[in-house]
Amino acid sequence: MTPAVTFQQVSRHFGQVRAVDAVDLEIQPGEFFAMLGPSGSGKTTCLRLIAGFEQPTGGHIEIFGESADGVPPYRRNVNTVFQDYALFPHLNVLDNVAYGLMVKRVGKIERLAAAEDALKLVKLPGYGSRRPGQLSGGQRQRVALARALVNKPKVLLLDEPLGALDLKLREQMQEELKELQQSLGITFVFVTHDQGEALSMADRVAVFNDGRIVQVGTPEDIYQRPRTRFVADFVGSSNVVPPDFVQRHAGQSRWGSLRPESIRVGAAGGAGVAARVISSHYLGAATRLALDAEGLRLHAVVPAGVPVPKQGEDVTLSFSPEHLHLMDEAGQ
Amino acid sequence: MTLATVDRSAEPAILPSRSALSDLFWRRPKFLLVLMLLPPVLWLGIVYLGSLLALLLQSFFSIDEFSGLINREFTLKTYGELLAPSNLDIIVRTVTMAACVTLASAFIAFPIAYYAARYARGKWKALFYLGVMLPLWSSYLVKIYAWKLILAKEGILNWVMAKLHLTWLIEAWLGLPVVGGTSLSLSLSGTFIVFVYVWMPFMILPIQAALERVPSNLLEASSDLGASPGQTFRNVIFPLALPGIVAGSIFTFSLTLGDYIIPQIVGTSRFFIGQAVYAHQGTAGNIPLAAAFSVVPIVIMMVYLWGAKRMGAFDAL
Repeated sequence: MTPAVTFQQVSRHFGQVRAVDAVDLEIQPGEFFAMLGPSGSGKTTCLRLIAGFEQPTGGHIEIFGESADGVPPYRRNVNTVFQDYALFPHLNVLDNVAYGLMVKRVGKIERLAAAEDALKLVKLPGYGSRRPGQLSGGQRQRVALARALVNKPKVLLLDEPLGALDLKLREQMQEELKELQQSLGITFVFVTHDQGEALSMADRVAVFNDGRIVQVGTPEDIYQRPRTRFVADFVGSSNVVPPDFVQRHAGQSRWGSLRPESIRVGAAGGAGVAARVISSHYLGAATRLALDAEGLRLHAVVPAGVPVPKQGEDVTLSFSPEHLHLMDEAGQ
Repeated sequence: MTLATVDRSAEPAILPSRSALSDLFWRRPKFLLVLMLLPPVLWLGIVYLGSLLALLLQSFFSIDEFSGLINREFTLKTYGELLAPSNLDIIVRTVTMAACVTLASAFIAFPIAYYAARYARGKWKALFYLGVMLPLWSSYLVKIYAWKLILAKEGILNWVMAKLHLTWLIEAWLGLPVVGGTSLSLSLSGTFIVFVYVWMPFMILPIQAALERVPSNLLEASSDLGASPGQTFRNVIFPLALPGIVAGSIFTFSLTLGDYIIPQIVGTSRFFIGQAVYAHQGTAGNIPLAAAFSVVPIVIMMVYLWGAKRMGAFDAL
């Protein structure tokens, strides 16, 4: 099967800054693909390279097997949902949604009907006559989505589309986006710095750092088996433990990661790692503890219902060895 | 934990007032606003609008043709005089000139403003502002006389054209009716060139300001949705720059309508509205007709703005 998007050694340098550096990537058709990384890691530049807003300074990009070298954005059958929506302020919602069809010279009646359908798809039927300025952030987000989807793109690019929404709305949109992607079967490429969002929505996740992809895999891969300290640290709130700790508990001199939820916190004096509680954070369903263990700062999660040790109390930590994941990086 | 580089532990919770006036302004922000706006409002309201109304009032008086005295009785006779062929000719000439100057300014200003808003950065932007504003630093009269010399028969333009063996081009243009004349500095074409030059900054700056406010991601969105650069210009850039173009055209249009110096120095002996006002209120002593003439640009501008609003020129504001 031809991949939806192929990157071969793609670089985008801005002078001395290597925004994207020799990236290889294959995104499969119909896939929900997330690009995850901190700001400045090159994920948005990768998205802009697919959209055509940036041209690579090196390497080669293919979209559905066709070379995208030197092809302007308006000739790519790819649409973007922009971070700040980029709705046209001088057009009403219906004309905004119909814009892509208008510039492709689709007849007025036909394109307005298609736009109305797209508005129904994003649950905003009848909002066509309003101006973007009269809509809430969540509604604008939906209009931006409808404006992209009405063109039936080969690939839909989403640049942190949920970043500006509040938590409840964001969770709702996450579900809707996922359902929409599955029912339409369009390839979604989703850029985010929110690991929870990437893990919960994507079929596969690429983790970016410093213009390079550090790891590509399913959410389980990324979460359970991070390859580097960076991935372990960035995805979730894993405890990164140094080689000497791993040597003592697993017999290998490599960096390891230990999930907070796989650490059991018991009374002082038992078998395991002696630790002291530095602080505790009540989260509702659980309590997160910051601990000082053998000079290491570790986090553990105590589920609700279990007695929570107090600040300053001595405890013993235990974990089963299979939960200590060994990463690629070896100790010196 | 200590933050003891400056020890403020002895300070009370509420600090003593340092200025009763500042506190008053803080509690009553509207009072400060009124205080700041009062002088300009008095100035605009009484001195400016008041004299404008007094002028309008004059236009409803008439002049006694035998004695030359002003008859202070309400009449529309003076407005009737405006419709006399010679006066109507002045109005048509002025409005046509203002429209041509505005159109030409918009066409020339747009690419300059576009470059400045989208591409110029750092020192190039500073250079742009300097280039646009520099002509405004020198006297208006000096610039007009300079143009008179440039456009004169013995001027530098004719000299350059002669060197390029293009004198015939100027001759052919001057041979045309209405826009022609004995030389460029004695023709309506010359007046037009000077008007466009002098008012250009007033067109460039508002367009540049409007274009500056167009977020570049709208252009990307348009392109992303399949619009060619031409379509993006027509459907996004132009509509969003329109308020700026209208603002600029208000300047160029009204300044041309009211100016009486440029057509006097560069151009034909035929009058523009400004010159008519000047002549009637001065030597002729016909204040009512001068007043009626000066009402014409006001009415034209009102109609123009109303039309622009109807066309949706301010929708993107």
